[in-house]
Amino acid sequence: MTSRVESSLTSQLDRIDRVRVAREARAILRDQHITLSHGSGGKATHTLIDALFVPAFGDPATDGFADAATFSTNGVGSPRLAFTTDSYVVSPLFFPGGDIGALAVNGTINDLAMSGARPLCLSLGLILEEGLEMDVLRRIVASLSSAASVAGVRIVTGDTKVVPRGKADRLFINTSGVGLLREDVELSAESIRPGDAILVSGDMADHGMAVMLAREALELETDIRTDSAALHTLVDAILDAAPATRLLKDPTRGGLATTLNEIARRANVGIVVEESAVPIKPEVRGACEILGLDPFHIANEGKLVAVIPGEQAASALASMRAHTLGLAAAIVGTVHAGPEGMVVLRTPIGGSRVLDMLVGDPLPRIC
Amino acid sequence: MTMQFVDEFRDPTSIRHLADEIARRSAGKTFKFMEVCGGHTHSIYKHGLQDLLPQNVELVHGPGCPVCVIPMGRIDDAMAIARNPGVIFATFGDMMRVPSSSGSLLDAKADGADVRFVYSPLDALKLARDNPDRQVVFFAVGFETTAPSTAATLLRARSEGLRNFSVFCNHVTIIPAIKAILDSPGMQLDGFIGPGHVSTIIGLSPFEFIPALYRKPLVVSGFEPADILQSIVMILDQLEKRAPAVENQYARVVRPEGNRRALEILSTTMELRPHFEWRGLGFITQSALKVRAEFADWDAEVRYPVPGLRVADPKACQCGEVLKGVIKPWQCRVFGTACTPETPIGSCMVSPEGACAAYYNYGRYSLMKQGAALDTVPA
Repeated sequence: MTSRVESSLTSQLDRIDRVRVAREARAILRDQHITLSHGSGGKATHTLIDALFVPAFGDPATDGFADAATFSTNGVGSPRLAFTTDSYVVSPLFFPGGDIGALAVNGTINDLAMSGARPLCLSLGLILEEGLEMDVLRRIVASLSSAASVAGVRIVTGDTKVVPRGKADRLFINTSGVGLLREDVELSAESIRPGDAILVSGDMADHGMAVMLAREALELETDIRTDSAALHTLVDAILDAAPATRLLKDPTRGGLATTLNEIARRANVGIVVEESAVPIKPEVRGACEILGLDPFHIANEGKLVAVIPGEQAASALASMRAHTLGLAAAIVGTVHAGPEGMVVLRTPIGGSRVLDMLVGDPLPRIC
Repeated sequence: MTMQFVDEFRDPTSIRHLADEIARRSAGKTFKFMEVCGGHTHSIYKHGLQDLLPQNVELVHGPGCPVCVIPMGRIDDAMAIARNPGVIFATFGDMMRVPSSSGSLLDAKADGADVRFVYSPLDALKLARDNPDRQVVFFAVGFETTAPSTAATLLRARSEGLRNFSVFCNHVTIIPAIKAILDSPGMQLDGFIGPGHVSTIIGLSPFEFIPALYRKPLVVSGFEPADILQSIVMILDQLEKRAPAVENQYARVVRPEGNRRALEILSTTMELRPHFEWRGLGFITQSALKVRAEFADWDAEVRYPVPGLRVADPKACQCGEVLKGVIKPWQCRVFGTACTPETPIGSCMVSPEGACAAYYNYGRYSLMKQGAALDTVPA
């Protein structure tokens, strides 16, 4: 190899190192306004959390990474609790396979479940726009109630506000939830080690594509439905089968790619994913292909990512596949010592690429 | 909806054969080929195709990303139009994040402008029908691939007598840009992977000057991994035989004569501008389209005052050299430090098809692997 090639390579590697340093630098909030990117779950959201919320509310119980805060009431032997909150502003309110009501119940249950907690009860806050059809509200309340009863979780307190026409988009929901942490498991990104397996509980990108296709501008005929589901019983099955489970996350906004990047950065490891092992329905893959979207960046509402020690991966996988919400579960990747903080996708044709977090909203490519 | 017609072009075995063929034919020499179209760049990174190419075959990313070549001043103009009271400004998603001299359309939206993203100009037309009391302006960008749908929309707007719809036309044509690159000093390309989608419209004959005058091969290529690799084999074959020509690898889609109907409606509704500024490449004569005077009622540049100022590209930004293939994205002064996909300075960092964004997102790992291989060599 010539020296010219080597020196060019060295300067490229230098540049990569500068990129790495720039990426790891403390988040600075430069934006003058809130843009939609701040709500997309990708990089802008992380900057907002790291630069504004964590410094303001920094608390040992909330580290900006976990889906729920965990704490004890007081004293030795008192139960450990998990507490979480989430707001739902999806448009349209109804989409194939679900609606905002079921989403609001399942999403908050899932945040509790991912921290290893069994959900106890939920609160329900409704913000209604003047003029909302009573029939729509009735349907959504019925859906909230039915999702809660399917999940075996009660909605125990609530609040209602009405804002003038035009000050909200029909109906927004906030739910908070309290859960009881399992004593036999300890979930944290810090426990992740090279050799751990990455599992997903089923087909990726269903929810995001179902909602996107339900929006008026797109006239693609498909059977894609949301995967919205409460995952706490699946989590119980996984934790029973693989008590050494390192971490559970639900890949919602920003999709699998964003979740895996969060894990890789937090645990300071490299994650290698086999693209062909990631379950994606053909029609979802096709719709993404047509719209120029990456299914790894599309939201899920009834799937989880599990990091499991290699020796328990097979039993964890078996427990998932034995559960109705994990029939298409798969081992999709492994944890490596490096490249630190990066997710690498091996493509079916034998190439590889970096799978990065979502930047901004998923904007369709034009050609 | 299945993935038939896609998966067969991603079959690992045939791809391995093609990669071996490229290695065999290119052995002992170095080659630089430009993929003209941003869609190819995207596919190359998405599939990690560079991992399959020998190190002596280098792909240079060309000017064919429509988002990347729009000069900053036109985004300023777009934002000025979008800020007119009553205007709904309809744009493709990619354009929302392209920086102007102050902010992007996303910022204009956060600031109160009604900016909406659409998938086609016909969606914008529907917006106009659904909002008769508002003015809808469609931000038309793109090469000959997207220009005919804008043309069809103009015709439809006229036939429906829609008075609250207009087009801010920024369509560009690929041939003058390729010529500018061929004429630029320091150009060292050995051949071109020709733009598949553009060629469905313009056909093959507009490329004939490339082998005739510049003695370089051009193979119009599809977008799947096997398409691109096969096109490289075809280019190598032409070079071996010293017989540069225009060939069509994408014959399942591209007809030699192009799409006459599309070209017809293009020339009915639009005409060449005397010159147009390309980001990084500067002014290129007869390289862009404007709405014809007969359609002035639907021309946003007639309807609204646009500043039309020329805004110099940021000094540190080297998009121009990247677009010309003179430097690689990572060689730019600001790549990955000041200029990232979250805070792009140059437009090449905005669209996932932009050479810099593609490189930032997908290219770094293969470099690291090469670096790791180097590390094992004793110092």
